[in-house]
Amino acid sequence: MSTKLYLGTRKGLLEAVRGTNGWKITRMSFLGVQVPMLLPDARDGALYAAVEHGHFGTKIHASRDGGATWEERACPTYPPKPDNYVDVANPMSQEPTPWTLKKIWALEAGAGEGELWCGTIPGGLFHSTDHGASWRLVESLWNHPDRAKWFGGGADWPGIHSILIDPRDKQRLLLAVSCAGVWESRDGGESWQNIGEGIRAEYVPPDQAGDPGIQDPHRIAWSVSNPDTIWMQHHNGIFVSHDGGKNWREITNAAPSAFGFAVAVHPRDPQTAWLIPGVKDECRVACDGALCVMRTQNGGETWEQLRAGLPQQHAYHLVFRHCLDVSGDGRTLAFGSTTGSVWISEDGGDSWERLSAELPPVYCVRFGP
Amino acid sequence: MPTVEFTANLANQTHAPKCRVDGRNVRECLDAVFELHPKLRGYVLDDQNAIRQHVVVFVDGTAIRDRRAQTDAVRPDSELFVMQALSGG
Repeated sequence: MSTKLYLGTRKGLLEAVRGTNGWKITRMSFLGVQVPMLLPDARDGALYAAVEHGHFGTKIHASRDGGATWEERACPTYPPKPDNYVDVANPMSQEPTPWTLKKIWALEAGAGEGELWCGTIPGGLFHSTDHGASWRLVESLWNHPDRAKWFGGGADWPGIHSILIDPRDKQRLLLAVSCAGVWESRDGGESWQNIGEGIRAEYVPPDQAGDPGIQDPHRIAWSVSNPDTIWMQHHNGIFVSHDGGKNWREITNAAPSAFGFAVAVHPRDPQTAWLIPGVKDECRVACDGALCVMRTQNGGETWEQLRAGLPQQHAYHLVFRHCLDVSGDGRTLAFGSTTGSVWISEDGGDSWERLSAELPPVYCVRFGP
Repeated sequence: MPTVEFTANLANQTHAPKCRVDGRNVRECLDAVFELHPKLRGYVLDDQNAIRQHVVVFVDGTAIRDRRAQTDAVRPDSELFVMQALSGG
């Protein structure tokens, strides 16, 4: 069981520690500054934080002592825009998609020593092989002709928010993009294919609803024990794939809602997944003012509504896509809300205890190794 | 030589002392400062070398017009202030 939990928030990075008397917040770093993404790297114990200053842009800091001290690393930067470059226009707004870093939206450990992957808004994927001392834009994806179809969902510009690295085949990467669906590389990022049959979008004309390239997966997650099974919380429903993301089946029996952002999968049981439902999609609050977590333990055949310890009256929490995590034991979970509450469960979600109700809006929740 | 001074909040993030540098326009002055303090560049300019969206540069009391290339002229006795815009708060 993890004994450390890190929270990226609107006003800094919080650390919580499990002691003999339960969980307690022990440290605040970067007070006053947004921390939209963080990565506790289980390989070497490093802790990375994307720190987004309101005025001075995004930086990446790393800590070798669990957050006691920090040093600034390189930040992913888009290379100089070529003089003759014809802007890619957002196909919805017709506005040119920016050629500059707007937000770090995904940060994951790669397969090699010091290897990191970073997803961003407006849609650039970055790769580091030196613990973040330098970054390279993955041009095979940035220059892919189909990027002209990408558009923003929630944010004004498209963004890569989920990066999965296959533990069986280190050359295989999966990305989820809002809004451009699921992208797969089988050669370590040298080339990319847009995959995902069976996903369905309601925000385009009906004849385009199944186009894999216009989908808005809010988050994808898999079990490291079986990366062929992938769960997706999509803008228009919940989907599961059993063939590595090629084909998806819609889950239609999840109650109280199939709308939400976050999904987590049991690290050793791909049939067990947790999602946090909300009222779709212009409302975005807990259903009926009562917060719950949905759990399946049989691949989506049946669902439980887990409510013990969660507020059941006038609760308007929304849980963003990076704000639900399950630790390596498969029983300890945590999630954080836009209204500054964080809950932790140590029994697989059967019951929850609130860590705090006084926090800034929560953007990222991750257990330490 | 023109002087370049930075909002105090920048000093909380990185080394940003007041400097006296050579330069005929804002870009030349900023480049001279960044040569002395390389980390400062990414706090003032974005990755395309434009002034960050929520940073404002004043030359002798007037906000510069060319935020992309910073070609605004600077006199030998000019005072440059790099401020944080209210919009980014």
